[in-house]
Amino acid sequence: MSERSDGRKFDELREIEARANLIKRANGSGYFRFGSTSAISAVYGPVEMHPRHLSDPRRAFIKFRYNMAPFSTKDRNRPGPSRRSIEISKVIKEALSAVIEREEFPRAGIEIYAEVLEADASTRCAALNASSIALAHAGIPMRDLVASCSVGKVNGQIVLDIAGEEDTEGEVDIPIGYVPSENKIHLLQMDGIMTKEEFKKALELGIKGCKIVYQKQVEALKEIFKTFESEEVNE
Amino acid sequence: MITEIDKNYIREIIATGKRADGRKFDQYREIEIKKGYVKNAEGSALVKIGETEVLVGVKMEIGEPFPDTPDEGVLMVNAELTPIASPEFESGPPNENAIELARVVDRGVRESGAIDFKKLCIAPGEKVWMICVDIHVINDSGNLMDASSIATVAALLDTKIPKIEDEEIKRGEYSGKLELKNIPIACTIVKIGDRLLVDPDFEEESVTEGKITIVTIDDGSLCAIQKSGIGGFTPEEIYKAIDISIEQGKKIRDKYFR
Repeated sequence: MSERSDGRKFDELREIEARANLIKRANGSGYFRFGSTSAISAVYGPVEMHPRHLSDPRRAFIKFRYNMAPFSTKDRNRPGPSRRSIEISKVIKEALSAVIEREEFPRAGIEIYAEVLEADASTRCAALNASSIALAHAGIPMRDLVASCSVGKVNGQIVLDIAGEEDTEGEVDIPIGYVPSENKIHLLQMDGIMTKEEFKKALELGIKGCKIVYQKQVEALKEIFKTFESEEVNE
Repeated sequence: MITEIDKNYIREIIATGKRADGRKFDQYREIEIKKGYVKNAEGSALVKIGETEVLVGVKMEIGEPFPDTPDEGVLMVNAELTPIASPEFESGPPNENAIELARVVDRGVRESGAIDFKKLCIAPGEKVWMICVDIHVINDSGNLMDASSIATVAALLDTKIPKIEDEEIKRGEYSGKLELKNIPIACTIVKIGDRLLVDPDFEEESVTEGKITIVTIDDGSLCAIQKSGIGGFTPEEIYKAIDISIEQGKKIRDKYFR
């Protein structure tokens, strides 16, 4: 089996770092990094919904923004929303909305913001992962976390978590958002040509990756309560 | 607006294996394609799927290539959810739904390899043809994604490349046709209860628990996927949706584009 440009195995994720509780004034916050792709997310809410006319008498309204820092990419990324970032914000918002118990907060708004700090492929996956952590940290009732990673086809081979040259030279890129407890896919996009059989293989590999991501998210959340416990004991 | 009682009716009837309008789960509403609908556009098509109506116009412009692809033409897709089409649409700049619609149609065409962008180069690094596709939604009665995608492909097949005289476009005179090497067909599948249906009308769209658009090409391969809206799919449901999209893509391609 041929090696990948950064020496990883075809089914190997980059190094992962997941953390919670980094933004003091947010109700919840999270950070997620795959190699040199990183994103930080904050949750504010439930808050009173603005603008008022968007408030839903049956459930909370979820606001989500995906944004790339201007210095996160090789060429400077012009600040402000782009068509790409609006589409990404929409699909991430929908994935998170599906797991949040929105009926618990009728008329309210829950604001989720994700900032990509460093971009080296799979930025929407990192943003989704960080935001899941932030929501759980904020204590928003959720059915589960959404775990996300990408799979791709590079030189005809199906690989997990594409990065670097693989992103520009690869044939196919598939970001996946997966909810392990329900075995459901809540985010799925694909561009590039693939047969049905290849896609099946890719999705299976992606789900395997998402399960690893999920473990890291859970560990990050457990970590904050560990600190809390030890402080209690010291007192 | 669809009332809760109507929504329940749609859910209940689908759970019994039927649809409110009598269609089968894998049956599209009647599709009608009229090419060359707009004279001033280099290519155009009006597509109806049932009562859903989308008009697509293609304008060919001369522009500068992107620096990383100096010898390739440019494809731009924009969608306008005009306020005439639905009480939910408002005038103003495109919202996230319009942007998603345009970007998924764009991805389907681009990734299918249908357009040979190198053939659209006029002077490398300086001048290339820009294919400007504008999707105008006239009537939203559900499944705008497939209607827009079919209309875009039909309009591109109708597109003629204008003559250039003294470095200016000579409108109304043509040097040739835009060639498509592939016919990408988008098929949108929704989940209602535990059933998968194609071509949802707007009433069915109001009760969907998941929506996925899969674009297939001539050889039955996939070239783009977009899961959209709130609600997830199990991997098995996705594989089933892929089989449906390959079958429906072939049917539509054979019936309307051969």
